[in-house]
Amino acid sequence: MSVYDNESHVIKGIKFGVLPPHEIIRMAKVTVIRDAIYEADGSPVAGGLRDPHFGAIEPGERCPVCGNTRDTCPGHFGKIDLARPVIVPHYGDALHGILQATCRNCGRILIPTDRIRYLTAIKERLKKRWPKLADTFVEEVKREAAARMECPHCGARQFKIRFIKPFTFYEEHPEGERRLNPIDVRERVEKTIDEDLVLLGVDPKYSRPEWMIITSLPVPPLSVRPSITLETGYRAEDDLTHALAEIVRQNERLKNFLISNAPETMIEDAWLTLQHVVASYIDNELPNTYQLTHRRKRALKTLAQRLKGKEGRLRGNLSGKRVNYSARTVISPDPMISVNEVGVPVEIAKILTVPIMVTPYNIEEARRYVLNGPDKWPGATYVYKARNGKKIDLRYIRNHKQLAEGLEVGDIVERHLIDGDIVLFNRQPSLHRMSILGHIVRVMPYKTFRLNPLVCPPYNADFDGDEMNLHVPRLYEAMVEAKELLLVEKHILTPRYGGPIIGGRQDYISGAYLLTVKTSLFTEEEVGQILAAAGYKGPLPEPAILKPRKLWTGKQLVSLFLPEDLDFKGKSKINAGSLKCGSEDCFHDSYIIVSGGKLLMGVLDKNAIGAEQPENLLHIIALEYGVSKARLLLDTLFKGFIRALEMRGLTMALDDIEIPEEAKEEIMGMVDEYKEKVAQLIRDYEEGRLEVIPGRTPEESLELKIIGLLQELREKAGQVAVSHMDPFNDVFIMARTGARGGEVNITQMAAMLGQQTVRGKRIRRGFRKRTLPHFKENDLSPEARGFVRGNFRDGLRPTEVFFHAAGGREGLVDTAVKTSQSGYMQRRLINALQDLVVSYDGTVKDAWGNIIQFKYGEDGVDPTLSYHGDGVKIDRIIQRVAKKNGDRR
Amino acid sequence: MPSKSRRITKKILKHELVPEHRILSLEEAVEVLRRYNVKPWNLPQISINDPVIKLLGGKPGDIVEIRRRSPTGGESVAYRIVVPF
Repeated sequence: MSVYDNESHVIKGIKFGVLPPHEIIRMAKVTVIRDAIYEADGSPVAGGLRDPHFGAIEPGERCPVCGNTRDTCPGHFGKIDLARPVIVPHYGDALHGILQATCRNCGRILIPTDRIRYLTAIKERLKKRWPKLADTFVEEVKREAAARMECPHCGARQFKIRFIKPFTFYEEHPEGERRLNPIDVRERVEKTIDEDLVLLGVDPKYSRPEWMIITSLPVPPLSVRPSITLETGYRAEDDLTHALAEIVRQNERLKNFLISNAPETMIEDAWLTLQHVVASYIDNELPNTYQLTHRRKRALKTLAQRLKGKEGRLRGNLSGKRVNYSARTVISPDPMISVNEVGVPVEIAKILTVPIMVTPYNIEEARRYVLNGPDKWPGATYVYKARNGKKIDLRYIRNHKQLAEGLEVGDIVERHLIDGDIVLFNRQPSLHRMSILGHIVRVMPYKTFRLNPLVCPPYNADFDGDEMNLHVPRLYEAMVEAKELLLVEKHILTPRYGGPIIGGRQDYISGAYLLTVKTSLFTEEEVGQILAAAGYKGPLPEPAILKPRKLWTGKQLVSLFLPEDLDFKGKSKINAGSLKCGSEDCFHDSYIIVSGGKLLMGVLDKNAIGAEQPENLLHIIALEYGVSKARLLLDTLFKGFIRALEMRGLTMALDDIEIPEEAKEEIMGMVDEYKEKVAQLIRDYEEGRLEVIPGRTPEESLELKIIGLLQELREKAGQVAVSHMDPFNDVFIMARTGARGGEVNITQMAAMLGQQTVRGKRIRRGFRKRTLPHFKENDLSPEARGFVRGNFRDGLRPTEVFFHAAGGREGLVDTAVKTSQSGYMQRRLINALQDLVVSYDGTVKDAWGNIIQFKYGEDGVDPTLSYHGDGVKIDRIIQRVAKKNGDRR
Repeated sequence: MPSKSRRITKKILKHELVPEHRILSLEEAVEVLRRYNVKPWNLPQISINDPVIKLLGGKPGDIVEIRRRSPTGGESVAYRIVVPF
């Protein structure tokens, strides 16, 4: 079909240039002279925008140019011969540069001959080594030339050229400005000689400047601007066709004026209109022009609009291609499947397929799939016969049995997705590499993708309606790659800081705490339940307590899952406040000690098993025993945590955030005390006695001091509230262990909300000189400026509700703005960094081999293989060796 | 008081934020290129108008060794090639 058949061509490079007029004329198979598209009988107008010479597009139509039908006719360009030349708008800047740098009389560059030679030599040398520097060098040369006001070649006087985007040029004579029309511009740039253009950064072979002004406008083939037939029988033309029709109309108008010797002003006017219309045809969003529109409403989508922006050709159709063998649906949690797995609805498994080659070893299996057909899982959708290369669609085959029996080695069966297949699973926004992971398929009933809640952190997923995408790798190479590189367990450690990104959250943390806390003892039956949930097979350890009943501690159960020689020491999350203790000698059980694989002391909470907590138990295990061991722990022990939590139950009630009457009174007393302090500050301020903070105005100082005081008040109120709480209060457990919420939340529920802020300041907007009509003007007191003394349990007063809503609204606005801005920043960063590579010698290089960093991260350390950034953790090595030697002795 | 003369003095070399620069001899430069197996234009660049390069008298094509303190790697060494602008 094409001249390239049976030839192999290697693309060495791409060269961009300006389309020359002779090329436009050569390409054109038809000249458009009429703006009408159809004749009265509905056939296309000859010499119109639907002339048959644009290529065959109707079924059965034969192209008058190439003789092909619509399947094979590539489409042909036409042209519009403009009555007067116009400037192509996007070349305005380039033309401006050339006009300024060359002589208005002789067309030579405004640089003396010997210097031209010198500069050209430099430019050529630069171009070889530092192409980027060559560009800035050209700019430098242009500036030098433009500064000269007399031509060194012919001595003609030069004038400044003023350029108004996108296509208007003025020459600034001393007696006034003179407009340069496209003919003037073309005459000038035509005079430039090739050698001078090279110095101006133009390759004259491919981009002569006069080509930037066109008299022949290429008209793209119909396949580029197809018309659509509406059900009503009307034909709607493409926007490009409308724009072109407008060009033809304006062009004919100008032609008539020229023929009829119309006054010069009318001709000028029509010419300018033509220029505008051509500019809009190329880009309908140019400044200083009017837009082409559909009946004064919608702006036409012209050439530039097709390419630009998110839904343009580049971002929408090339970078953002849609793919087959993918699925998308809502996700929901399933803590009982492995973190490596994903639950796939049967309905989806019956659509997504994997091709399997039939071999003597799997022929029986393949037959079963074919026999089941496309509707019964696990079946198959297509069979490719090796014998005749035909593709058989099982939906339209009645006798599956016959086909299954006729299956031969070498055939390919397109079978349903089954358990054990590997797929890629993704949640947008894909901000880091852990946003796409490899999962093992588990086909399940119902309509959602099932995800182990432990893998939520890397995807940043939750189950409030999130949807996720799934892709099926279809080649063995791709499957193996996914399994070896992308599997969830290979990404437990994040390359950002080396710590585990997959780990417990929320219930897992509460569960771990309740399982390991000193007060928890479990009966044989309970132990059985927990261990069964965790999938433990093996003997029970000796019970910690024998009489009156056999009882086990949670720590014993946890120890069953830890590697036998594991040693670990670290502080718990609860090691804070009144439970603080610095060393191993910890009365509060808040210092974790694991020795010889036994959890001897300390409770497990966020600091031990939490996601995104570096140097915790999970991290050490992943590093020293491998990620696969860490994954095993997530799949076993963590299920035990959940079961332990389920057995006890964790909930929250009004009682949990109730504090005794005396505590409330204490807080009230504090409120009065601080209100008085604030009032004193305000009095000081009004009397001018307030101590002013250096660099602040008295008003700012007052505000800062008040905010400081009120913050102190809320903290104290919080402390009072917390001190009156039962340590085994569920809400308090969640806050202490880091499962959910913190001291602030408890304070807000039980004690007081505290100061509400907008833009980091006390609330002051609203009415004139006051926030709400409930207050006097210029009232600076806490209540009038957004201080909320109430709490969520007892309720808020109306004004307090308003202030709280104002503060809450700011938070929402912030997140909305932040996500869009950081998203854009991310795009730019990734574009800049995407093809950097760490070479084997440790250097970081870009795609051209330029060195970006001499040693990766300046220390050459892979964070996922190091202890939180340190290449070696000498303490642990010493500890290990000492222990080993001790064992030997 | 903004000083009238914009002259750069040796003082800046002692500033704590200015890392140590050293212009390599030809042999050293060749050794660096060989060690990293790169061509001169693959190296990061430094302008000849850079104050430190001006003070050290670097010429286009010279390779400068820069030693700076690094938060991750203790001391890190980088090489840059002097370019004319």
